[in-house]
Amino acid sequence: MIPSLVQFAYLIATGLFVFSLHWMNDPKTARNGVMAGVVAMTIAILATWAQPVIVHHFWIVVALAAGILVGVPLSQVPITAVPQRTALSHAFGGLAAGLVGSAKFYLWYGEGPEQLTTFRVVAIMVEVLLGFLTFTGSLLAAGKLQEVKWIPQRPVTYPGQNFMNLALLLTAIGIGVFIVLNPGSTLAPQLFPVVIAISLAFGVLLIIPIGGADMPTVIAILNGYAGLSAVAMGFVLDNKLLITAGALDGSSGLILSLIMCKAMNRSFTNVLFGAFGQVQAAKAGGEVKQYKAETNEGAAQVLEQSQLVVIIPGYGMAVSQAQHKVRELYDQLKKRGIDVKFAIHPVAGRMPGHMNVLLAEAEIPYTDLVEMDDINGDMPQCDVALVIGANDVVNPAARYDKSSPIYGMPIIAADKARTTFAIKRSKNPGFAGIDNELYFADHTWMLFGDAKAVVGDLVKELSGGSGMH
Amino acid sequence: MSGRFVNNGAPFALMAALGLALAGPLSAQEAVHPVVETPDYWSLLFVFVLSSFIGLGVIRRVSRLLHTPLMSITNAISAIAVVGSILVTGEDYPPMIRAVGAVALFCSMTNIVSGFLITDRMLKMFKTNEKAGH
Repeated sequence: MIPSLVQFAYLIATGLFVFSLHWMNDPKTARNGVMAGVVAMTIAILATWAQPVIVHHFWIVVALAAGILVGVPLSQVPITAVPQRTALSHAFGGLAAGLVGSAKFYLWYGEGPEQLTTFRVVAIMVEVLLGFLTFTGSLLAAGKLQEVKWIPQRPVTYPGQNFMNLALLLTAIGIGVFIVLNPGSTLAPQLFPVVIAISLAFGVLLIIPIGGADMPTVIAILNGYAGLSAVAMGFVLDNKLLITAGALDGSSGLILSLIMCKAMNRSFTNVLFGAFGQVQAAKAGGEVKQYKAETNEGAAQVLEQSQLVVIIPGYGMAVSQAQHKVRELYDQLKKRGIDVKFAIHPVAGRMPGHMNVLLAEAEIPYTDLVEMDDINGDMPQCDVALVIGANDVVNPAARYDKSSPIYGMPIIAADKARTTFAIKRSKNPGFAGIDNELYFADHTWMLFGDAKAVVGDLVKELSGGSGMH
Repeated sequence: MSGRFVNNGAPFALMAALGLALAGPLSAQEAVHPVVETPDYWSLLFVFVLSSFIGLGVIRRVSRLLHTPLMSITNAISAIAVVGSILVTGEDYPPMIRAVGAVALFCSMTNIVSGFLITDRMLKMFKTNEKAGH
């Protein structure tokens, strides 16, 4: 294929990728977006493959077939495992970028140092650093999300952590500068693996001090890094399609992480460099407050009397896979003419939009899923706020308690409802390790137990009268 | 960036500009290749900056309901690294280089397949009232 035809195909692919993301602005058109993306990717692969410079085909076929064999099962994971899968695919993306960058470095070094222009070496360094740190960082994030036993869930911190990270980064940059200045040096091919090793270590060190509650932000940042490493690959290979598609991914990561940071009232640097969850240890052991527990039977009676019920789901709902029981509860309440809405906090769950997907899986119409900012005004008219496995996102301490680590974080105003029921697995504090004042409020009653079991009981109580059992 | 900026079709104007930036150097591509091809850094940077603006404009408007599918579809799109991987795997390079390329190609293809499939699977679940059968 002649070069301008290839470039034309790349141009079409770029346009389709933009439309693909454009169509994601509405659930009605979103599936067209997937179609556009698939067509664009197919065009890109075929146009690249058909070039005369591609002379070896066997390994391409094998690698593509293997990718399909592994990719199909990876796309069939349960919806609750989507955060892990996403992190894992960021790892794959980072690894691909890092490997291509390394291959090109050794290739050009072998062809002669005049190939290693300053521009190329800088681009390769950026690609390798971003690629390999995304690889190990995302693997670690996936492990934390999967709750692999030997990976610590709680943030791991040690003195001099940020200093150590900075020192490593400076070493990598120093080696990069050396190779830029001396591309022909016999030391260059020996120093290059050091850069790789530092990048791999850097990924681990960046993610290990980050706790589970910060995962939505971290996944979004890693998403951005994976995109930027593709951009760097585009600079290395002088390929504009890589740059455009990578930039789309990079800006998506940027926007999502900004939304997540805003929803937690924290800055980028604070998420990355200030471990969450270490402040509270000192606070524990204050006065012991009393919960008021309610029976499921009593709660069902109150629910039956309501006109507006707002359900606030959190990570606990995902953990106990309660979404289908929640759907049954939704049906029971709707049948009685009760208005039911779901209040979705941007950081509820372990990745952006996590709750929406789980509730959609349970076939709850997305028109009843309401964003935090849109529902908070209605909370005083709400008869019952039912908190299912959410904790920090409904903690009123965020409004006024300056000593609280979540101070300033926008919350769903569950405390403004006439009655609040909170389903909670145990009496221990939530993921951030903070006492939740909502649980001790006058109009709050606790329903202790596994989310799925409690919601199942509520459904049973509600359906008891209608002769279903 | 203001809300107005994204609502008046600015992304598409930017897209046209990007099209020009992409198409401009086409003739240069067909020129006789020197020993060391020096890419036009400035046009690469232009492409990067313009497409980032398009990305910001388009992604700001993505429904918050769909942030998880957005993440999986951008996963698949960033697997455009497949293009670079094919070049490294298929060109006439030493076998070691091509083997590394093949691993990268495998990773990218896995992301493409699983990314698009799971995005579609999730999007199928988003239903309105009527469609959900209520």
